[in-house]
Amino acid sequence: MPKLTRNGWVTLIAMATLAVLPPLLLWSGQPFYMDLASRLVVLAIAAVSLNLILGFGGLVSFGHAAFIGLGAYAVGIPAYHATWGGFELVASYNGLFHLALAIGVSALYALITGAISLRTSGVYFIMITMAFGQMAFFLFQSLDVYNGDDGLTIDIRSELPLINLDDPLQLFILSYLSLAAAMILVKVIVNSRFGMVLQGAKGNNERMVTLGYNTYLYRLVAYVISGTMCGYAGFLLGNFTTFISPDMMHWTRSGELMFMVILGGAATVLGPILGASAFVLLEEFLSSWTTFWHLPFGLMLIGVVLFTRGGLMGLFKGRGR
Amino acid sequence: MDALLRVTDLKKTFGGVTATDGVSLAVDKGGIHAIIGPNGAGKTTLIAQLSGTLKPDSGTILLNGRDITLKPAYARAKLGITRSFQITSLIMDMSVLDNVALSVQSQSGHSFRFLKPARKIAAVRDAALGHLQQVGLDARADMVTSALSHGEHRLVEIAVALASGAQLMLLDEPMAGLGADEGAQMIAFLKTLKGQRTILLVEHDMDAVFALADCISVLVYGRLIATGTPDEIRNNADVRHAYLGED
Repeated sequence: MPKLTRNGWVTLIAMATLAVLPPLLLWSGQPFYMDLASRLVVLAIAAVSLNLILGFGGLVSFGHAAFIGLGAYAVGIPAYHATWGGFELVASYNGLFHLALAIGVSALYALITGAISLRTSGVYFIMITMAFGQMAFFLFQSLDVYNGDDGLTIDIRSELPLINLDDPLQLFILSYLSLAAAMILVKVIVNSRFGMVLQGAKGNNERMVTLGYNTYLYRLVAYVISGTMCGYAGFLLGNFTTFISPDMMHWTRSGELMFMVILGGAATVLGPILGASAFVLLEEFLSSWTTFWHLPFGLMLIGVVLFTRGGLMGLFKGRGR
Repeated sequence: MDALLRVTDLKKTFGGVTATDGVSLAVDKGGIHAIIGPNGAGKTTLIAQLSGTLKPDSGTILLNGRDITLKPAYARAKLGITRSFQITSLIMDMSVLDNVALSVQSQSGHSFRFLKPARKIAAVRDAALGHLQQVGLDARADMVTSALSHGEHRLVEIAVALASGAQLMLLDEPMAGLGADEGAQMIAFLKTLKGQRTILLVEHDMDAVFALADCISVLVYGRLIATGTPDEIRNNADVRHAYLGED
């Protein structure tokens, strides 16, 4: 058996807990926790995707929620037209079509907005990605066909072969396996030659350019991969909530994704999952305890940032480092 | 001898300030060509234009007879120009070996390769380690770069430049901040590169310049006032007046 590092053990235990606990709770008659776990896992996929560019690439994207929205509307709009008619071109309940649409639209949106945003850096990059995210938000808010601000209810979930998304357990398993795949994908990319260039450009972009790397292009590819993964998370979220609204794209949602990455530990493979878990669980339990749950929540974030190095993942590092 | 790099009438102004004022120079293959000049003479601006991080207003830059004036920095690196920085510019949160390995990697085509773990590619790692050995830092290979001393950083910069396989190395003050011993070490090492690589050296340390250079150009307020062998420069009246501060 290969020897695991301390991080390896933590990852294994965390992922095993996440796999076993929700079904157990479901069978013991607590379906609510299953719902919570599915939401957690789907948001974790989005956080993992953001971490690829934010943590490993040093590109602070403040508009990542737009991808979630695009992925969710790629389920909602075809389903809406399949039910109510019109727009024959996309009207469909076919899940594979929804998936292809979510991935295709996210990739295209990432390519266009990334090509423009990556011409800037630092604070300007943050602001321009946020501006693009808000553009997507206001666009969907203004689409009266899809109820604008009020959002869209999905009556029939994506129809996939072999899997029935109406079954909470099956939806959870699909989301969980997707999260595991996303983690492995990010880990492989980060360790590859491409990943070395991405991380090198984060550490010292000018150096990488003088070594002959067109870092703009490498970053753009990373941005597109990240956005596409996040669009996929949106596809799952749409099927999970069966209600989609422009609110999913609002900049505060993007902020929450950043929060998960930073809270959990940027530039670590497990960090975003810990961050998403902490976020979803705290939000749930604090808000059932007090309406002013943002206050203890904010204090905890400040605590983590001040007292741990590198987020929650920093807690698992050995002493004296 | 053939000129590897030929610069003709290069001009660059920032607002009202002329930083490079009609500079023409030829750097011979295999030699060390030094550029000296007082602070603010435009030495680093000149290096930046040669490496491509700044665009000149006019003039041409030929590398091996090929016009590279309008090529961006990453493309020039591919054609064989590398630079070191006056202020150490390494990727501090990566290991020393990673820094050099990225330089080796840049020579083997594009890096849009997503699957194989980069740190397990023996050819790249071995070549990088070899260059670290050359500068005597192989024992530091696995340390995080930020943990090294200033003198060691300067040497890693040289290893990175060597690993890029560039024909032309633009070294911007490699002696900056080095102690006497470290400086002597650096001079001895740069001497061993003579004949293998072509070096354009910008340096304040006159002992180093006169010990190393085959040819010296003197830059004052963006203008080259003299070019010649170390002896010619030492005895040039204009240079003594403008630079060495003698009447």
